[in-house]
Amino acid sequence: MKQEIIIAGFGGQGVLSMGKILAYSGLMENKEVTWMPAYGPEQRGGTANVTVIVSDDRISSPILSQYDTAIILNQPSLAKFENKVKPGGILIYDGYGIIEPPTRQDIQVYRIDAMDEATERGMAKTFNMIVLGGLLKLRPVVEIESVLKALRKTLPERHHKLIPMNEQAIRIGMEIIKKV
Amino acid sequence: MAEEVVLMKGNEAIAHAAIRYGVDGYFGYPITPQSEVLETLAEQKPWETTGMVVVQAESELAAINMVYGGAGTGKMVMTSSSSPGVSLKQEGISYLAGAELPCLIVNVMRGGPGLGTIQPSQADYFQTVKGGGHGDYRLIALAPASVQEMADFVGLAFDLAFKYRNPAILLADGVIGQMMEKVVLPEQRKRLTDEEVIARCPWAANGKTAGRKPNIITSLELDPAIMEQRNNHLQKKYAEIEANEVRYEEINCEDAEYLMVAFGSCARIAQKAMELARAEGIKVGLLRPITIWPFPSKAIAERAKQVKGILTVELNAGQMIEDVRLAVECKVPTEHFGRLGGIVPDPDEVVSALKEKLVK
Repeated sequence: MKQEIIIAGFGGQGVLSMGKILAYSGLMENKEVTWMPAYGPEQRGGTANVTVIVSDDRISSPILSQYDTAIILNQPSLAKFENKVKPGGILIYDGYGIIEPPTRQDIQVYRIDAMDEATERGMAKTFNMIVLGGLLKLRPVVEIESVLKALRKTLPERHHKLIPMNEQAIRIGMEIIKKV
Repeated sequence: MAEEVVLMKGNEAIAHAAIRYGVDGYFGYPITPQSEVLETLAEQKPWETTGMVVVQAESELAAINMVYGGAGTGKMVMTSSSSPGVSLKQEGISYLAGAELPCLIVNVMRGGPGLGTIQPSQADYFQTVKGGGHGDYRLIALAPASVQEMADFVGLAFDLAFKYRNPAILLADGVIGQMMEKVVLPEQRKRLTDEEVIARCPWAANGKTAGRKPNIITSLELDPAIMEQRNNHLQKKYAEIEANEVRYEEINCEDAEYLMVAFGSCARIAQKAMELARAEGIKVGLLRPITIWPFPSKAIAERAKQVKGILTVELNAGQMIEDVRLAVECKVPTEHFGRLGGIVPDPDEVVSALKEKLVK
């Protein structure tokens, strides 16, 4: 098993931390992982993206030309990454941030209205976990239990009370993602 | 006890490895993309546990001269910076080499020249292996290609630095510094006691005991005849390092018709390119220098006998290629592919370059 994933959106949407949670969850399952952020001034209000690779075997390049799965949370990122999804691969986008949806026919496109759902439910802070739930529905890269384990391990104790809300967010994401 | 596997950035791994290896002092000044080294040390507060000193100096110049002072006492001391900051340290590095002081310098390279960008680059290869500072000197230069190697090479660099009384440099770049991977950190070691330091470094200036001649740490010698002797001594030492300490990794070289040579982050990208090219039937192998000085010239010359061409992949305009061409004495076509100024190529670009420049 090897999954090569790009997560891209605006800085502040939780793009990097979502990738980090995914990578950590892979670690919990003793998989090989790399987390490679595009770092720099572009993160301040511009686009932020991170490449996450989860694999059973040693990972060569942390930088990729094409991805199995792209999670796209804003329009500029769609322009940048739509053509970098492998044929037959998956593109997930958030309906709130994308006005002009993807047009490729040779990939599987899914929409997740995570931002709307998070706002409606007053769960704005778990927006990225809703998106992660959508990903895990389509690509069970890691078990939900591993995500929760990763959260328990990385969050300071005082924040552990937020873990159930994060679990709920993942399950919401799994429900609301839909094929376009 | 099962070894603990953690997920962290390359820069963080350097800081943790330094604490665990029993390093006595870190002196640095923040600069992207390596600020996490100093930040992690500040978070970990090793001065409360191992007694390691951590100083954010007022400048890079101050930091490297604090290293000079600390190294002169035989302590394990280090600094880290990124390209423009390492340029500022060059005078001190030359002095450290001249005075034969063991220490560790970390350069997490970014795009240049000048203040450049903050994105990854390997354009300080020349600076690292061909001088940088003035005078005939060499640094033991290790090029990590993973977060694990960022951690492992801290200890290795110090071991080599003390073995040969020579500064060592860890030449990384923004990719290796900023990415997170799994890493197993070394076991926590105790820092050496003063007695152990004196025993390990009889040359050090750490307080004269009765009956011993004073130890003098200096790179200055006004008598050119003596200075020549000193230089000859240094050259003899460098020859010994070249004979004993070359390190490299070969991947899929046995049946290779083409060879890629790449270090650090580029070796990782080239490895993926190799997988892609092999899937298309192009028999290409990868040789990754782990020490870029001493350079694995013999290994490259040996592989050159079986291949039709060599491609160096570097985040620069063609620097290591000079050493590869010297190694193969231009007997094999040797081409270069690189992106500049902080742009990192993806594996497809490397495959295209391979086809365009060599396979044709």
